[in-house]
Amino acid sequence: MIEYRIDRRSGVATYLQIVQQTKQALRLGLLEPGDKLPTAREVVAATAINPNTVLKAYRELEREGLAEGRRGLGTFVRGTLGRGSADSALRTELAAWADRARAGGLDKDDVTALFTSVVAERFEEHGEEHSEHSKQSKRTERIKGDDA
Amino acid sequence: MTVAAIEATGLGKRFAGSRRRERWALRGCSFRIPAGRVCALVGPNGAGKSTLLAHAAGLLAPTEGSVRVLGAAPAEVRARLAYVAQDKPLYPQLTVGETLRMGRELNPERWDAAAAERIIEGSGPGSALDHGLRVRSLSGGQRTRVALALALGKRPELLLLDEPMADLDPLARHQLMGALMAGAAEHGTTVVISSHILAELADACDYLLLLDGGRVRLGGEVEDILNAHLLVSGAARDLDDLAPHTVVESRTAGRGRTALIRPEGPPDSAWQTDEPSLEELLLAHLRSPDVPALLTPSAELPGRDRTEVTV
Repeated sequence: MIEYRIDRRSGVATYLQIVQQTKQALRLGLLEPGDKLPTAREVVAATAINPNTVLKAYRELEREGLAEGRRGLGTFVRGTLGRGSADSALRTELAAWADRARAGGLDKDDVTALFTSVVAERFEEHGEEHSEHSKQSKRTERIKGDDA
Repeated sequence: MTVAAIEATGLGKRFAGSRRRERWALRGCSFRIPAGRVCALVGPNGAGKSTLLAHAAGLLAPTEGSVRVLGAAPAEVRARLAYVAQDKPLYPQLTVGETLRMGRELNPERWDAAAAERIIEGSGPGSALDHGLRVRSLSGGQRTRVALALALGKRPELLLLDEPMADLDPLARHQLMGALMAGAAEHGTTVVISSHILAELADACDYLLLLDGGRVRLGGEVEDILNAHLLVSGAARDLDDLAPHTVVESRTAGRGRTALIRPEGPPDSAWQTDEPSLEELLLAHLRSPDVPALLTPSAELPGRDRTEVTV
């Protein structure tokens, strides 16, 4: 079972940290369809965050089709996240790119900054249309602001 | 509307002092805290936090106005609420074990021995308190844990905690907050925690009541209060006229200006806008005592009760 780690200084909304860590676990294959997510009680007893924050994160995962709540039983993983593509061709290309960057004299921070800025640029439109609710878009802006 | 955990109507408390030094610790407080919330009661020293909690616990009588708890007068629902005062009163001559037994015998219907024991056990190596120790021999933080164990063992519907964290070590703090949140998740316990340090409550609370000078300044869901405010910045000349927005605070540095506003309609497109952090928002309000109070709909008294004073 997944254990969430809440970083209070990250600037990322707490519920999003839970969403992101769940997705990361899905990508890495640490969670698979059918696995049970910890109950809100278990998460809050360990992390001392508000139960509603956990429920909000689980609702978001449900909205994205990655989890489903079963009445009286808990919340279960339903979807997977493109693990195949992350593992194969794209990863090889990215690795080759990283090698070239390194050979070109860039250090780790340079590469990370470059990568982050390209991701921010390429995924900007996608992010905007993705967030339908106004509250959500506010959150998104806030996160972007903190990254900058 | 469901029964509120706490509902105050024009609540005021004046403490008698020497003739000229009578002082209103609370004045004109009208608000409600819905059941099931975890509410941070924040405000500077002397804001009236402890006085408010003591009224909700039924230990102080209002000078004017009224407070109702779980739909009744506080004294009528004492069995369903727990209150840990700031000085954590306990019987010093009793042992830890005897204190727990007292909790069990005074609350035969509700006593949850396991919940109380978990707090006495603690969570770190060597943190467990020996049942044979006398309360008088315990350190301040250990006494706090015994007081909290009593309160949690009662498994109350409403838990009123006055500065519970002040003398707890980090492990005990984390364990306490975890236990409170688990109780809220499992039993829907309403928790009201006072503190003047917001950081230790920010992640745990979904509701907020800001007291300042005996008055309620802000009340409602943390998220709604945040969404009702906007941090705008830009060139001072562009931010000269902020009407029709309500300005909480405006500060100028050189040619730039930053203002915290409650937007009335969309902000000017020339401004840069950011969502304020909760801490920024609270500090701005404390620096600007004349800004009108803001209560979200769930924190407002139902209209018909607003002028009515019931006892």
